Amino acid sequence: MLKVVVRRLLVMPFLLLGIVTATFLLAQFTKGNPLVSIIGARNLDNAEVVAAAKARWGLDRSVPERYAIYVWNLAHGDLGTSFRTKQPVLKDLAQRLPATLELVICAMIVGAAGGIALAIVSAEFQNSLADHAARLLALMGSCLPVFWLGLIALFLFSVQTRLLPGPGRLDIRAVAPPTVTGFMLVDTLLAGNVAGFIDAARHLVLPSLVLGWSVMGIVARMVRASMLDVLGQDYITMARAKGAARLRVLVHHALANALIPALTILGFTFAYLITGSVLVETIFSWPGIGSYAVEAARSLDYPAITGVTILGGLGFLIANLITDVAYAAADPRMREAT
Amino acid sequence: MAAPLLDIKGLAVTIPTRAGERAAVSNVDFSVDRGEVVGLVGESGSGKSLSMLAVMGLLPRHFGVSGSIRFDGEEIAGAPERRLRALRGRRLAMVFQDPMTALNPVKTIGAQITEMIRLHNAGMSRAQVRQKALSLLEAVAIPAPERRFDQYPHEFSGGMRQRVVIAIAIANDPDLLIADEPTTALDVTIQAQIIEIFARLRAERGMAIVLITHDLGLVAGLADRMNVLYAGRIAERGPVGPLFAAPRHPYTASLLAAVPSIDDVSERLHAIPGTPPSLSERLPGCAFAPRCDFAVPLCRTSLPDLTRIGGSVVACHRANDPALATLLKEPA
Repeated sequence: MLKVVVRRLLVMPFLLLGIVTATFLLAQFTKGNPLVSIIGARNLDNAEVVAAAKARWGLDRSVPERYAIYVWNLAHGDLGTSFRTKQPVLKDLAQRLPATLELVICAMIVGAAGGIALAIVSAEFQNSLADHAARLLALMGSCLPVFWLGLIALFLFSVQTRLLPGPGRLDIRAVAPPTVTGFMLVDTLLAGNVAGFIDAARHLVLPSLVLGWSVMGIVARMVRASMLDVLGQDYITMARAKGAARLRVLVHHALANALIPALTILGFTFAYLITGSVLVETIFSWPGIGSYAVEAARSLDYPAITGVTILGGLGFLIANLITDVAYAAADPRMREAT
Repeated sequence: MAAPLLDIKGLAVTIPTRAGERAAVSNVDFSVDRGEVVGLVGESGSGKSLSMLAVMGLLPRHFGVSGSIRFDGEEIAGAPERRLRALRGRRLAMVFQDPMTALNPVKTIGAQITEMIRLHNAGMSRAQVRQKALSLLEAVAIPAPERRFDQYPHEFSGGMRQRVVIAIAIANDPDLLIADEPTTALDVTIQAQIIEIFARLRAERGMAIVLITHDLGLVAGLADRMNVLYAGRIAERGPVGPLFAAPRHPYTASLLAAVPSIDDVSERLHAIPGTPPSLSERLPGCAFAPRCDFAVPLCRTSLPDLTRIGGSVVACHRANDPALATLLKEPA
C-alpha cells in the first residue's frame, strides 16, 4: 500500500503540470482584455498607461515566454499576483480555502450521513412507501438546482420565519475572531467566543443543507444499489442465522460492505465541491474559493483563474489518493492486491 | 417415545410471482428426533432449502409460510422475531452451501466466530470468548488457530472456510444443526473431512442434524432417515437402509439409479429424463407423472396421498402395486 501512495505522490507533479498547461492555454485563448480589470476601462485609450501596465504584468511578452515564466515561478511556490486583488494568488487562496473547506466538510457530513440513512431505509424496505419517499427525496436533491434551493431556503428560514440567519459567515454586527485556522467554528472557540461559535454554526446550517442535499442524492442512490446487492448475499443470511438483530445485520454486516463502492463517490464529490460550490457560495455570500473563482473569471484574472484550477486539480488528486487508502482500510482484500 | 425435537406439519411456502402466489412447498410433514441425522433429498428447486429456511424464520418477508413448525414442543411458525432470534444461533444453527460467500469478506474470522458466541452469552468476558473461539477452530481442525484468528476469509481455502462456517454454527452447542448442501461446493477429499466432522459432532455432542443434499452417498453414510422431496412435496420418507434397498416411489428409484456405481460397467450415466415442473406449471396430478415410466392415467389427474407401507411413507398411487415394487428393486 505504501508503495502505491509513494508512486502516486511521485506522479502528482506531472499531472499538475498537465493541468497547469491546459488551463494556461485556455485562459490565453479566451476573448477579452484583462487590462480592463487592471487599469479600468477609462484608461484603455491612454497608450502610456496601457504600455506601463502591460510591462508591469508581463502582458507584453509572447505566450510561450509567459508560460515559461509562470511554470518557473510555480515551481518556486509562486502562483503569481492577482490582476484584481493585486495580492499574491497563493495568499488569496489561503485566505479563502478554509471558508470553503468548512462549508464543504459540513455539506459532506450532511450528504454522507443523510444519503446513507436514506439508502438503508430504501434498501431495507425495498419498493415500499418508505423506499419511494426516500428515493424521491434523494432524487430531488440531485435535480433541484442549488441556486434555486438556496434562494428558497433563505426566503423560508431567514426572511419569513427568521429561524436562521441570512448570508455570510457571521452576523454583520459581530466582531470576527482573530484568524488562526480560518475555520470560523474553530477560531471562535479558540478565542473563547461561545456566542460567536453558535452564530457561525447557525450561519453554516442553510448553505450546508442546500449543498449537502445535492450530495445526498448521489450517495443515497449509490449506497442503495450496493446495499440491495449486499443484502442478497449469503453472509447476510448467515448473520441473521446467528441470531443478530436486524439493525446489527444492516449496519455491522451490510453497510460495512456496501460503503466500499460508495467511497469513490464520496472522494470525488468532496474534491468537486471545493471548486464546485460556486453557486451556493455566491448566494450565501460565502467568501470561499467558489466566489473567488467567479470574480476571477469575470475580470479575466489569469493568475487567479489558473490558481483556482490548480487548487481544484490538486484537490482531485489528493481526494483520489485518500480514496485509495480508504479502500484498503475498508476492504481487506484490497490490502495485498495493491 | 418423547416428542420429536423438530416437528413440522403441513408446511407450505408460497412465493409471490407476477402470475400470483405459487406454492413452492406444499403439505410437508417432517420430524427430527434428538441426536438424529435426517436427510432431506431432492433436485434443485424441490423446496428443501426453502422448508429449512422457513424453520429458521429466514425467508424473505414477502414469502408466505403456513403450517406448524414445533421446535422442542414450542410452536415457532409465525413466532415473533425476538423469540426466533433467541433460538437462532443458540439452539438452531445453520451451515450454508457455499463457503465462499457465507462469510463476511470485511470481518476477520475471529470476529465472525466471537460474534456468534457474544450474541448468546452476554456474560462472558473478552478473554473467555476468545478462548472459546480458538477451541472451536481447533474442533474443526483449523491448524494454527491463534494465527488464523485475525485473518480474513479471503486468506482461507474453500474447505477451511466451510470448517469455519461449521465452527460458527456449533459455537453455542445447538440442539439442531441444519446443513444446507454442506459439501456441494467442495472437492471430494475435503467433503470427506467435513462428513467426518459431522459424524463426530453427532457422536460427541448428540447434535441432531438435518442434511439437505442431493448427494445420496452423503445420506447413506450419515443419515438415519431420509425424506425425498419432489416439486415441493414429500415423495417418500423412511429409514435409510430399507429405503435404499427397496425404494417404493419411482422417483426415489430413479435417483438411486442415477448414482454412478463402481460395479456398473455400462458407460452411460442413468439420468432421469425431463426436468421437474417449474413453479408456474404445477399439475393437478402427481408432479412426477410426466417423467415417470410407471405412470397410469390416475397419476395425471389426482394427487397421491402419503400412505404408510412398512417403515416408510410414500406418495404414489401405485405404491401398493407388488409388480411395481419388484420393478423398482432392480432399476432398468
